[in-house]
Amino acid sequence: MCEGSGSQKDIYLPELATIRKKQKFTRLEMYYHVELDSEKELGHKAGQFVEVSIAGIGEAPISISSSPTQTGFELVVRNAGSVTNAIHNLDTGAKIGIRGPFGKGYPVDELKGKNIVFICGGLGLAPQRSFINYVLDNRDQYDDVEILLGTKCFEDRFYVDEITKWAQRSDVNFVETLDVGCDQWKGNVGVVTTIIPKVKTDLSKAHVLVCGPPIMYKFVLMSLAEAKVPKENIFVNLERRMKCGVGKCGHCQMNNQYVCQSGPVYRFSELGHVPEAI
Amino acid sequence: MWKLSKKDFQKFVTAMIGSDQQVVGVQAKGDRFAFGPLEQSEDLRLDYDVTLLPPKKYVLPQVETLMTYKIGGDYQSEMASEKLILLGVHPYDLIAINQMDKLFSQDQYDNHYMARRKNITMIACDVVTPSQNVFASSMGTAVVTEGYDILITEIGDGYVLDAATDKGKALMKLAPDATEASQDDLAKRKAVQDKNRTQLNKHPLECKPSYLPKLLERAYDHPIWEEKARTCYSCGSCNTTCPTCYCFDVQDDVNWDLATGKRWRAWDGCLLENFATVAGNHNFRKQRESRFRHRLYRKAKYIPEKIGGEIACVGCGRCITACIPDIANPVAIYNALLEDIGME
Repeated sequence: MCEGSGSQKDIYLPELATIRKKQKFTRLEMYYHVELDSEKELGHKAGQFVEVSIAGIGEAPISISSSPTQTGFELVVRNAGSVTNAIHNLDTGAKIGIRGPFGKGYPVDELKGKNIVFICGGLGLAPQRSFINYVLDNRDQYDDVEILLGTKCFEDRFYVDEITKWAQRSDVNFVETLDVGCDQWKGNVGVVTTIIPKVKTDLSKAHVLVCGPPIMYKFVLMSLAEAKVPKENIFVNLERRMKCGVGKCGHCQMNNQYVCQSGPVYRFSELGHVPEAI
Repeated sequence: MWKLSKKDFQKFVTAMIGSDQQVVGVQAKGDRFAFGPLEQSEDLRLDYDVTLLPPKKYVLPQVETLMTYKIGGDYQSEMASEKLILLGVHPYDLIAINQMDKLFSQDQYDNHYMARRKNITMIACDVVTPSQNVFASSMGTAVVTEGYDILITEIGDGYVLDAATDKGKALMKLAPDATEASQDDLAKRKAVQDKNRTQLNKHPLECKPSYLPKLLERAYDHPIWEEKARTCYSCGSCNTTCPTCYCFDVQDDVNWDLATGKRWRAWDGCLLENFATVAGNHNFRKQRESRFRHRLYRKAKYIPEKIGGEIACVGCGRCITACIPDIANPVAIYNALLEDIGME
């Protein structure tokens, strides 16, 4: 039998944290700023996730949407199940449980000095924002930065103040589109693939980071293949049902990969033997 | 090595039952067998063929509380502390537990599982009666060499006992009648084990188990998954009866006082329809054949990659017995693949 110390920490036990700020983003998404009660920083890397506990309801994996360069951490929670619904009902000052950070994040160091293109669909903006803000906080370490954002409709846009600032920056090419237009919207209309041609850098030499709903990957990856982006330069951020977060429970497994441990960010070329991934 | 007559062995079991540890042993349940708390030595049936459920339920219970809490936070770990003598574990089932020991301790140490495991005094026993669907000989799991505190082998008039650990040796103090096993006893023990190495084989696998990962590497898109899964009920019986399946679900319950609660885990199964469903109702393994294939790939490809190549099917045959449409037999699938795509 494998030995181990009985005093090792319980990998399933959450630590307490407090909601410091809460803001309604859309009809389904709520924004939270969270701090650990231990007053320690979470110590996450861009692209990692946490398990959020509501005692009596359960646990759900949520991407960290803030850069490690800021104090505390942020979550954007879509009301999509019992746990996330309970999170929506919590107010500022409420206690939640946190486990993590889990998973491998973005290759922050490897991409230094490179041209980076973020392609975000819907709630996929939240995890990507952790790296976008890291890059913007360390802007001189990265070459061209371009952000493509596709959202279903005008009411579903979130982090609006912030993306408005991204759009105004001269050192970022920010392009946004809505699947369905409306009177308030004067910008692009069409799915996110329709704005890929608006990328200024040579895509075949860029590093492209993709995060969005499952259906989006298929079409974005087809477009990137046409644009001759090498698979080695594409990173996808995948969603699965990470129940335990520590590679035991089996729910997030896709073929031999435990997304909670080897993901959720994957280099696309490394998914060749993982047909369940996309 | 010790020797006990059948009568003295029964006294040994009675002494264990009278000790401060709970004794769990194999007993008849209708016309089948099951592990359960042992109240008298006469109920122990070491001549059993196979139990309905594997003994993994004592290291990974069907339902297990992980923590308790007050609503609003303050979580407290809940750890198993009860000592247990697990009596009559067949070699293939012990090999499955040995594998889980690695899986739960490697990388991220699961102290809930490991606390239970360490509290067990494991008494294994060599198979006397082969079950109707056993194929442990094919999987190299008919005989076990590690993981037990005591290994019992029936040799006609009595038992040979191999007390392999300090825990096992301490327990032997409850058997003062034990004598040192003779050369003849040991020869008989070896004969039993040698026979089991080849005879626990109702479904002979036509390759070495070590070849299975390579076979599956070339079989991912084979039509057999769809053919077999066509009649699958997605009932998960193959998962719940399997000694190497360890996937679990985690849920919360609020107590009646509405002020406290607990979080527990329970067995889950990758054959069940919503195993890989995420919020928004997107199911990443929606097709029955993809779930059916996943189980076989976990057994013979994915888990072996985590535990040094060991195949996570121990040939107990329970899935074959449990499967109503009769599609779960791993050997039938592997042999059909071998026949169709051959060895490389």
